[in-house]
Amino acid sequence: MSSMDPTEIFRQEASELFETLEGALLDLGLRPDDRELVDSAFRALHTIKGSGAMFGFDKVAAFTHEFETAFELVRKGEIKPTQELIAVALAAKDYIRALIEAPDDADSIIGDAILDDLKRFVSPVEQVLPVESEIDTPPASESRPAGWQLRLEFESHILRNGSNPLDLLDDLCKLGPCFVVPVTDGVPLLDELEPEDCYLKWDVTLHSGCDKDAIDDVFMFVQDEMKLTLVPLAQVERAAPTFAMAEAEPVAPPAPAPTASSAPAAAEPATPPERKRDEPKRAEERGIATVRVQAERLDELMDRVGELVIAQARLSQLAAAGSDLSIKMIAEEIERLAASLRDTTMGARMVPIGSLFGRFRRLVHDLSRDLGKPVEFVTSGEDTELDKTMIECLADPLVHLIRNAIDHGIEDSETRAAAGKTENGRIELYAIHSGAQVLVTVKDNGGGLNTARIRAKAEEQGLIAPGAAMSDHEIHQFLFHPGFSTAQTISALSGRGVGMDVVKRTIENMRGSIDLSTKPGAGTCVTLRLPLTLAIIEGLLIRVGEGRYIIPLPAVEECVELTADDERSRGRNFLNVRGNLVPFLRLRDILDVPGSPGLHQKTIIISTGETRVGLVADQIIGNHQTVIKSLSKLHSDVTIFSGATILGDGTAALILDVAQLVALAQSRAEKQQMSEAA
Amino acid sequence: MATDRQQDAGTVQDGSMQVVMIGLGDEKFALDAGLVREIIDPVPATKVAGSRSFVPSVINVRGNVIPLADLRIRFGMPQTEDSADTRIVVIEVGIDNEPVLVGVTADKVYEVTEISRTDVQQTPRVGMHWKPEFIRFITKWREEFVIVPNMERILN
Repeated sequence: MSSMDPTEIFRQEASELFETLEGALLDLGLRPDDRELVDSAFRALHTIKGSGAMFGFDKVAAFTHEFETAFELVRKGEIKPTQELIAVALAAKDYIRALIEAPDDADSIIGDAILDDLKRFVSPVEQVLPVESEIDTPPASESRPAGWQLRLEFESHILRNGSNPLDLLDDLCKLGPCFVVPVTDGVPLLDELEPEDCYLKWDVTLHSGCDKDAIDDVFMFVQDEMKLTLVPLAQVERAAPTFAMAEAEPVAPPAPAPTASSAPAAAEPATPPERKRDEPKRAEERGIATVRVQAERLDELMDRVGELVIAQARLSQLAAAGSDLSIKMIAEEIERLAASLRDTTMGARMVPIGSLFGRFRRLVHDLSRDLGKPVEFVTSGEDTELDKTMIECLADPLVHLIRNAIDHGIEDSETRAAAGKTENGRIELYAIHSGAQVLVTVKDNGGGLNTARIRAKAEEQGLIAPGAAMSDHEIHQFLFHPGFSTAQTISALSGRGVGMDVVKRTIENMRGSIDLSTKPGAGTCVTLRLPLTLAIIEGLLIRVGEGRYIIPLPAVEECVELTADDERSRGRNFLNVRGNLVPFLRLRDILDVPGSPGLHQKTIIISTGETRVGLVADQIIGNHQTVIKSLSKLHSDVTIFSGATILGDGTAALILDVAQLVALAQSRAEKQQMSEAA
Repeated sequence: MATDRQQDAGTVQDGSMQVVMIGLGDEKFALDAGLVREIIDPVPATKVAGSRSFVPSVINVRGNVIPLADLRIRFGMPQTEDSADTRIVVIEVGIDNEPVLVGVTADKVYEVTEISRTDVQQTPRVGMHWKPEFIRFITKWREEFVIVPNMERILN
């Protein structure tokens, strides 16, 4: 870890800060009065500036400084964050990002233009400033003895973070005449003294008409590492005489312990609202101790756990075959440990999907502006966790889906008004856990899919025979056909269908599936069903001939005996499952197994979405913890297997690709129907 | 990987090259030692239905599932039963610019040795029952002709 490039660390940190900043700016567009948001945006900016300078990104630091200066007025509440201002601020954010990611490519002309824009927003209001500030400050303080009694207690490690309490005191003095008394009772004897720790506390009497926010601003960047007790002078004189005494005798030796500890306690009730707002946040930050770990390390850990699970399976097999009771007990113990280690490791790789959702807010914001369609974007389930590799894979498909939803799903304002709908379109993005799957849904309240048009297009492209009987669901599947688009005009953004095949392929590569439902006039809903992890799955182990294969368990619906009737119907490969016709595939045929099948063939019914297909195997062996190993490039031409795993006896077994098998079964069934029809 | 191979090419020009000498049927092949990762005893292989004939199966090599190639099929040589001498040579070759581990069945592994470039023979166009592009060059080792195969071409 120590070998990591510091610049790289800065880039990582900055990208997190950008997300915070962008989120805050976008939220600010919705709630312009929320001071917390302004503060959080400002903090992010300030940190980017500070660490940028530290790591030698001077351009970043310089630009951010200008940005910050302009934004300062927003923070002081002197100008309102309008939509236009936020748009410029977002552009500025993008520019800083460009400066960090590709410093040589970023054009300083763009930066200057953005700064000019920013200044234009900021300067006309500047002249109004004195009026506003007059309204702002005086009433709270002027009538009573103006000023504040402060107690500053920094955490002992504050110096190591590079903050200097003395600088903060200097800043405080700029607000007005200050009377500063250090409290030295925390200073230990010399031999116990850690030179890098801060032991001092300060009592400050500030004679100034400034408001509380001005003081908070001074300590803005250290507020999580200090305890700031703030009491208006007027109240101090009445409520906390001990405190006032300490102030009255500055030259006296350090106040005795009881005075020091009772003072903040006495002062506390005087400032309840502010403290309450800060405290839960601080507790939260201290409670969640996080460690930054390189992603490859987690991958390696997962690999090791995978190997452990395999070795454990072999041990269990040996133990079950033997008669030694103590070995069996140890095998069971290890089985339990391996299972919990697996779960923990998988848990460590889980990332909340919210990190991904944040990016789309910007996308929706920009698209809705460019297309002139006001769109409301609602997300929920940000806490839903998914394997980190899946989060990365999900970004592109979701961009496609959201673009489609805005460009084609949501109608323009006039059409919406004519249909009696609200003016604002609405796009919902949410994620929920459902068993061993995560469902990610993109839902719009637009016009819905035009089934007739999709059908016409499919007929035109020769994908279906004109007039063939098909359910709406089957027709909608053509959207996922490569190169299929019903868009009559080509748009720079998307065409329903363009890219949808990519979405489908990506999701299927993750062993997920897509459900699509639509209601004419009411909108479309696309749900991605994803497994929790890519590394280990529950599988059903089956035997076909001499070979053993794995079927991913989430795809398995049920297992039925292949009856003599079904067996006889050689020509028609359909099963009758409680009245429904289900096409089936003989795995012996597909897997090229020589010889004749056994007596009691089993059928495993698998499903993807709404289609069900039976797979005929010789034997069902049972559940198997499947550690997924991908097949090498030499076998990339084999599509019916999605990977391989290692069985208890050390041999490799192949994992059947459910989606491919279903597609295969369907195409066979269609051919059969066509030949029967002919 | 790519750099490995370039180095090998370099050593060939210097005059000598480290190789692992293996036997397939009646022929001897010299595998570039830089490609060889390990030599293991035969392990049970899992047939992959629908794969190309020269990579018919996969094996488990210490937790990794890797393809098992049969050069005899690629060279049109008769299949032989596994014997006590049969080994699997695990090599790393670049396929589409990515290093891939591949197991190669050898009827016998002789030794790690050095062959010299000065003995390189012109690859004859006739009298060979395999494709010339599969062969990097033919050289002489202990008065015998040995073939240095081009593994990348063979496996792609």
